[in-house]
Amino acid sequence: MSTIEAKVPAADQAARAVTMIEAINRALTDAMEENDKVLVLGEDVADPEDGGIVGITRGLSTRFGEKRVKSTPISEQAILGAAIGASMAGWRPVAEIMLMNFTTVAMDMIVNHAAKLRFMSGGQTSVPIVVRTMTGAGISSGGQHSDHLEAWFAHTAGLRVVTPATPHDAYGLLLSCIDDPDPCIFVENILTFGHKGVLPAKGMRIPLGKANVMRGGSDVTIVAMSRMSIEAVAAAEIAQQQGVSCEVVDLRTVSPWDEAAVLESVAKTKRLLIVHEGVKRFGIGAEIAATVSRELFGTLTKPVERLGGAFAPVPFSRTLEAAFVPDAARIAQAAVILAG
Amino acid sequence: MLKNDLGPDQETRLEIFRRMALLKLNDEQARKVIRSGRLLMPYYSYRGQEVIPAAISVNLTDDDYICTIYRGIHDMLAKGLPLKELWAEIAGRATGICKGKGGPMHLTHPEKGIMVTTGIVGSSMPIANGLAWASQLAEDGRVTVAYFGDGASNIGAFHEALNMASIWKLPVVFVCQNNHFGEHTAYHKTTSAHRIADRSASYEMPGHHVDGNDPDAVYAAAREAIDRARAGEGPSLIEAITYRFHGHVFGDADSYMDPAVKQAAIDADPYPRFRAELIASGEASEDELAAIETGFAAKIEEATAYALASPFPDPEELRRDVYAEEIEA
Repeated sequence: MSTIEAKVPAADQAARAVTMIEAINRALTDAMEENDKVLVLGEDVADPEDGGIVGITRGLSTRFGEKRVKSTPISEQAILGAAIGASMAGWRPVAEIMLMNFTTVAMDMIVNHAAKLRFMSGGQTSVPIVVRTMTGAGISSGGQHSDHLEAWFAHTAGLRVVTPATPHDAYGLLLSCIDDPDPCIFVENILTFGHKGVLPAKGMRIPLGKANVMRGGSDVTIVAMSRMSIEAVAAAEIAQQQGVSCEVVDLRTVSPWDEAAVLESVAKTKRLLIVHEGVKRFGIGAEIAATVSRELFGTLTKPVERLGGAFAPVPFSRTLEAAFVPDAARIAQAAVILAG
Repeated sequence: MLKNDLGPDQETRLEIFRRMALLKLNDEQARKVIRSGRLLMPYYSYRGQEVIPAAISVNLTDDDYICTIYRGIHDMLAKGLPLKELWAEIAGRATGICKGKGGPMHLTHPEKGIMVTTGIVGSSMPIANGLAWASQLAEDGRVTVAYFGDGASNIGAFHEALNMASIWKLPVVFVCQNNHFGEHTAYHKTTSAHRIADRSASYEMPGHHVDGNDPDAVYAAAREAIDRARAGEGPSLIEAITYRFHGHVFGDADSYMDPAVKQAAIDADPYPRFRAELIASGEASEDELAAIETGFAAKIEEATAYALASPFPDPEELRRDVYAEEIEA
């Protein structure tokens, strides 16, 4: 945890805590206030449209004007094309693609253009955009409104993929994404939107590519991201009651991921469990497992274990959905088995 | 249909010819060099389509932007892409304009406003909107031209982009070079609209249907559309009818092109036609035009030699320009 949070007494922290939605809103507000090149565009984002379907961008167009905060048609290719072109000419657009599944109708803009233009032009152009997008299983949104697709983007050179778990991190990471000279995919988990936390100091950046040890431990390292980091912390409490000490490493950034922090933790615990909501097969965990297995082959006392989304579309029925996505109980169970 | 009756003046017509000559000679050299085996690349010949970018680009400044497509070397040469760096790039050399990392389908040269070349049909248009949006925000008076082919008017990006450009009143001009073929398939088999220009009606913007092989007609339409964009009045769609003298990609057998139609198009080649017109009207002499051609031929030859003698890129380049900072192997 950051030193800022540690210094604040618990009662004050509760009073100053804001939700994930407010944290993202404040990051956008502060970024737009700091730099008049920052733009926001996306479906429903301006105030006449209620500042977004959950109000994340509420207040921005009233404060900064509808020139800089534009509601768009439901045209994901046009939204991202506009962001890409404007960024090439010196602006800093933050484009909202409402739900992560909607990125699929604009993958050409993200993968063929945003990610590649710097390289293909030999460094003559660049695409400093942020694509904010929300997703998450657990609220019966079904197969086309719930996917965590980080692995697709992490597989594409030229993109950064950022997955905040807390309001604190969302604030600082989003500011870093807006500063970043390259395209960032910023993934917001809908189930964390009501979570509260204290923000860093105004304007404070959290560097991309640096993990955060959310909980110290000695028997098992749990590497997680986004909402699964919150579940992992809860799992660590359960495992502790069974005598297993878990260290939870929240990746914060999936690409680039903090190899050094993960290796340092696993070198100590000698056991690794990776947890993500995205489908396990061919997922982020496979990349991390391969790296850790190679680097710490002689140190590991157990094979690396992974938990992730089932190899199925996200289901509607809440019982099926609960079975699809890992939770604290299953993470704790896996950690205890790994420690045994 | 056009509001202005301003054709190009004599000096402008000569400039259009100069650009056409450069484009035509460069295409001939590219095909010759590929055939000789000295260069291996996917090449999308634009022979027959030279009038369009030549007559449009004389209305643009270096500050104006273009986004174009894989069949777009003519668009870029007309906008000022330097020959040596072009040739080095298509030869995959370190001295190429994109350090050999882009190749013929991804040429870029922001110094002359050449911002994006895409290998994806239709994708020039949404990004052109973004550049135009930047100009609108900055109030810098720049205009963006998005070039694309007739096939691209059937992909979703075209419709999304035209709709957004219209509602946002962006300073952008969409230029469709209708060469009658989307890859191998003829226009009438793929496109519901009789004229692509008519599709502008859906997006409440002017649509100009012009003979893309007539320099005066393309110039007049471009001037009106570009003036409109620069004045902040919004986008336009220009459909310039032309014909592609070669197959989709150089080397394909073009069996899908009716030989009689193709021959008729070649017989009506706009290049010698315009050349003869300039001489007949007394606007230029044979010697003057020949001197233009000889001058470009020499420069193109020099650029080819420079490219083929240039070194290939260092493999370490794979770690550079992926992100702003160099990445580890």
